[in-house]
Amino acid sequence: MKTPDLTVPALLRGTARRLAGALAVLIGAATVAFAALQLIPGDPVTVMLGPGTAATPEVKAQIRAQYGLDQPVLVQYLHYLGRLATGDLGESYQQQRPVADLIGDQLAPTVELALAAMFLALVSALLAALATAGRRGPARSAGSLAELLAVSSPSYWIGILLLTAFSFQLRIFPVAGDQDLSALVLPAVTLALPLTGVLAQVLREGLETALGQPFTLTARSRGLAPVAVLLRHALRHAAASALTLTGWLTGSLLGGAVLVESVFGRPGIGALSLQGTTSKDMPLVVGLVLLSALVFVTISIAVDLLYLAIDPRLRKR
Amino acid sequence: MTLLAVDGLDVRFGGVHAVRDVSLTLDRGECLAVVGESGSGKSVTARTLVGLTGSGATVTARALHFDGTDLTRLSEPRWRAVRGRRIGLVLQDALTSLDPLRTVGAEVAEPLRVHRLAPRAERPARVHDLLTGAGVPDPERRAAQHPHQLSGGLRQRALIASALAGEPDLLIADEPTTALDATVQAQVLDLLDALRRSGTALLLISHDLSVVARLADRVAVMFGGRIVETGPTEGLLARPRHPYTRALLAAVPGARTRGRRLSGPVPATDGPPPGPDGCPYARRCPAADAVCRATVPPLDGHGTRCWHPASDTLTPEPVVTPQKTRSTDREERRRRPDAATGETLVEVDGVSKAYRGRPVVEEVSLRLDAGETLGLVGESGSGKTTLARIVLGLEEPDTGAVRLDGQPWSGLPERHRRPRRSHIQAVQQDPLSSFDPRWTVARVVGEALARTGIPRGRARTLRTTELLDQVGLAAALLDRRPTELSGGQRQRVAIARALASGPRILVCDEPVSALDVSVQAQILDLLEDLRRDTGLAVLFISHDLGVVQHLADRVAVMHDGRLVETGHAEELFARPAAEYTRRLLAATPLGAGA
Amino acid sequence: MVRPRAALRLTGRAAPAIAAALLVLIVLAAVAPGLIAGASPLETDPVAALTPPGSAHWFGTDQLGRDLFARVVHGTRPSLLLGLGATALSVAGGAALGLAAALGGRAADQVLMRAADVLLALPPILLALLAVTVLGTGSVNVMIAIAIAFVPGYARIVRAETLVVRRSGYVESAVVLGVPRPVLIVRHVLPNAVGPMLVLATVGFGAALIAASGLSFLGLGPQPPSPEWGAMLSQGRSFLATAWWIGVFPGAAITLTTLTVNAVGRRAQRRFTRRTAA
Repeated sequence: MKTPDLTVPALLRGTARRLAGALAVLIGAATVAFAALQLIPGDPVTVMLGPGTAATPEVKAQIRAQYGLDQPVLVQYLHYLGRLATGDLGESYQQQRPVADLIGDQLAPTVELALAAMFLALVSALLAALATAGRRGPARSAGSLAELLAVSSPSYWIGILLLTAFSFQLRIFPVAGDQDLSALVLPAVTLALPLTGVLAQVLREGLETALGQPFTLTARSRGLAPVAVLLRHALRHAAASALTLTGWLTGSLLGGAVLVESVFGRPGIGALSLQGTTSKDMPLVVGLVLLSALVFVTISIAVDLLYLAIDPRLRKR
Repeated sequence: MTLLAVDGLDVRFGGVHAVRDVSLTLDRGECLAVVGESGSGKSVTARTLVGLTGSGATVTARALHFDGTDLTRLSEPRWRAVRGRRIGLVLQDALTSLDPLRTVGAEVAEPLRVHRLAPRAERPARVHDLLTGAGVPDPERRAAQHPHQLSGGLRQRALIASALAGEPDLLIADEPTTALDATVQAQVLDLLDALRRSGTALLLISHDLSVVARLADRVAVMFGGRIVETGPTEGLLARPRHPYTRALLAAVPGARTRGRRLSGPVPATDGPPPGPDGCPYARRCPAADAVCRATVPPLDGHGTRCWHPASDTLTPEPVVTPQKTRSTDREERRRRPDAATGETLVEVDGVSKAYRGRPVVEEVSLRLDAGETLGLVGESGSGKTTLARIVLGLEEPDTGAVRLDGQPWSGLPERHRRPRRSHIQAVQQDPLSSFDPRWTVARVVGEALARTGIPRGRARTLRTTELLDQVGLAAALLDRRPTELSGGQRQRVAIARALASGPRILVCDEPVSALDVSVQAQILDLLEDLRRDTGLAVLFISHDLGVVQHLADRVAVMHDGRLVETGHAEELFARPAAEYTRRLLAATPLGAGA
Repeated sequence: MVRPRAALRLTGRAAPAIAAALLVLIVLAAVAPGLIAGASPLETDPVAALTPPGSAHWFGTDQLGRDLFARVVHGTRPSLLLGLGATALSVAGGAALGLAAALGGRAADQVLMRAADVLLALPPILLALLAVTVLGTGSVNVMIAIAIAFVPGYARIVRAETLVVRRSGYVESAVVLGVPRPVLIVRHVLPNAVGPMLVLATVGFGAALIAASGLSFLGLGPQPPSPEWGAMLSQGRSFLATAWWIGVFPGAAITLTTLTVNAVGRRAQRRFTRRTAA
């Protein structure tokens, strides 16, 4: 049996399985959001109208019928899924605007922030790991301590420290907002620092595991310099070992943005999430949950494909 | 002028003196084998010769000359010009001796790139030639594949091809055939032999004297960091003078050792351990005295480092006369009720098993009678371990059946099997993984005793101590954790646990393949003693023909999931009927023919 | 460049001792804050409002003139309780669900692991926000919210560990000895599968503390005037331009605590792997 005829159907089947899994996760996330909606104490209509609104029972009943809230829960659930399937995320209770528009407006600053942070974190973690891998002595201890410190520092505190130092004392960067690139620096560094710590640890462990394997000795015995062994051999192994974590961390940046956007007063998905949950604006929250899940499943599919590219052992024959 | 001249090499790792005063020479077209067990310093010596001893090592030598260059004075960049270009290194085939994430072609071509021996465009052609030269068929396809897509033998050939890419004058091969099946091992040795004939100097590192014997011009035996005996291969094998070499040779199991003990007498334990400058072997040596413990002798005119060298040839007579020969052993066994009935304990009837549609065991039928040892031989992937698991009731056959004591055994719910489990016990290849990592020896053996109804407390401790004594372990080990034991001690604990329930059948799956030859000898002797004393029936599974020839009454040969041949050991090995058995015999280094 | 090197090596060797000493100090602050800080964490003094750090007030005072050092020390207990409670809940839940998935048969495994997949697809903070929306604000609800966010991760680890242990040589050996399944699970599977997670939980505690303080930083946790660190940080935000100390010291307390626990936890982890894999 030659390989090519087998590969394409296998790849298709793999892709189909991944897409089905992704869909299942999305439906699951929608279900979690719906369940949360049902579990919120109090009458949804009262929440919807906001505090202090004295509506007559008749009006309330009318609204209830309008949103289908008088139906049995299961029927509501199916309706809800049906609407989501057509791409209809509903309207925000609070702002009376389509949720999709609200999210669309706020997406750009957060994506900008997340990408900048991930780029910073990856580059600095990689440099730190390469500089300290396989070393002993003071450089290594200093690296370890820095990583531990980065991992142990809450991002909201890092943000406050940076603001105090660079915005209030030194006045290098603006205090708040998202006007230009300089306003992006501090939030991106804040979001990146804990990630850098985690990634540097995992990458260094990956590098050191690879350096302990027989193929490293083989490569050295061919006349390769230690640096060349690190770059040509160990790095791919380390990348493979850090891939899953990197994917997951990228997905969780959306969560990290909640705190960082709050500290720096930036608009974005994080700020929107906080606003949605504190005001119990459920359609908005549902939309945000689905967005996160979508980002996550997209990333995990990308991670899976990257694994196949890096590690030939995972490819089916 | 000799190509490689090492004089007085010492390697220390902190306080550990790994290599002491090692001297050796090697010329083009010559093969020197350095033989020793794990911890003897042989691999450290090999790595030192390519300047890769490691950052924590201190290397000193009176002389370390390679082709006129003083290696001790080489800077790291100059070393790099030597490695892969003048001296090549081949490691044991593990899946990871070649980088698993790169193609075989890229790995083979790496020395060409590093030493700028061929421009990029010419490299594929050179890789093609190198792989062909190493006996890799279909080199184009193989070069594009990754290491995991190649068999162990092909991987080893590719590894050799990559070490040869720089056309080195000296090739160092560290256990180049250890993980390979016997037939493949023979082919790789032939490849190395051809290299030597073409003028390459070959330094072969191995734990197995019998493997290197067919290839090496000279042998150096290492123990405790020192060369204890060295000389031309034939002379050293025929007339070993150092007690360690003699014990090593006597410990190799095979047809000629049937019915005899493999391990030497237990050395006198009284007397202090050898001092720092004493003979490292004094601890184990039966002839050791105060002089041996105090100072190590120089190599004498015969190349032996011993105060009391033996001068006679190593006779085919047993090192230690056994109490009984095999035939009287049989007679005695016939007198025991178990064996007298010739009762069949295990019956495997047309058993097949497939994993994911791939057949692993196909239509295998065999039986195990009371008191006999059945050797099950096969190379890796032959299905022998799966068969063992089916016999143990850990795996259900797809078709066919296993009967134990004449009653159904396979196809039962576990709760029906459980009461009869005490009849059939197991010893695995890797004892460490078969112990709960949190448990002490006492608890490990105690768990087995608990199943026999011996209550916790003094009675159980007493019985545990008895069992440990039976397998030759001191009661002092009761509170140790498995990680604190040596490989041989672990396997003894595993055997003690298996004996605890008083089984009639012992299934041993490669119980000695992870052990050094001398420790293997002790465990094989122990199994033989236990069998004689308790009348156990043993299903002994091994890839090593020599081990099976040494102790099996009957032999079953497995290949690709099928049983190709079964018969009485002597007859089967004298007149193998199946083609595969003949090939296996031909590939086995010493044992079979000798 | 000799001296800094030597100094670093010294800290490297002294690190375990330093970590241990800090741990004792933190526990003491949580159990008996009065022993360390004499001043009251709640007493206001409008005259001394926003005093910078000095001999009278080591960490300075806040906008109401409360002694910040006293507040940080007294804040240890509520802050640690948040982290500990969240960790305990998530470890217990994770262990139960992970074991149920690994030992409860195919159907249970499928359902539980698909559910874990869904929860893991949401960033922990978002999940916790969602939970707080449903449950309402307050200390206990923050603990539960963090636990919900962390449970799927722990469940996954316990399940994977359990499957490894179940296929291990020693469990197989026990089967060959005829040890009944329930005994086997209690004796071999449980301790070996849950043990590694308990070690992991020390490191997980740091993450829980940071997340829980994060929620109170967003105003969802214990309400003022409680001296919880996250809540104090949140107040400090308004005074960054004039009184940096209100924002710096409570955060430093969170970081120092997390750092200490992480250092101790990692050491335990290294020891654990060495003991089992040596």
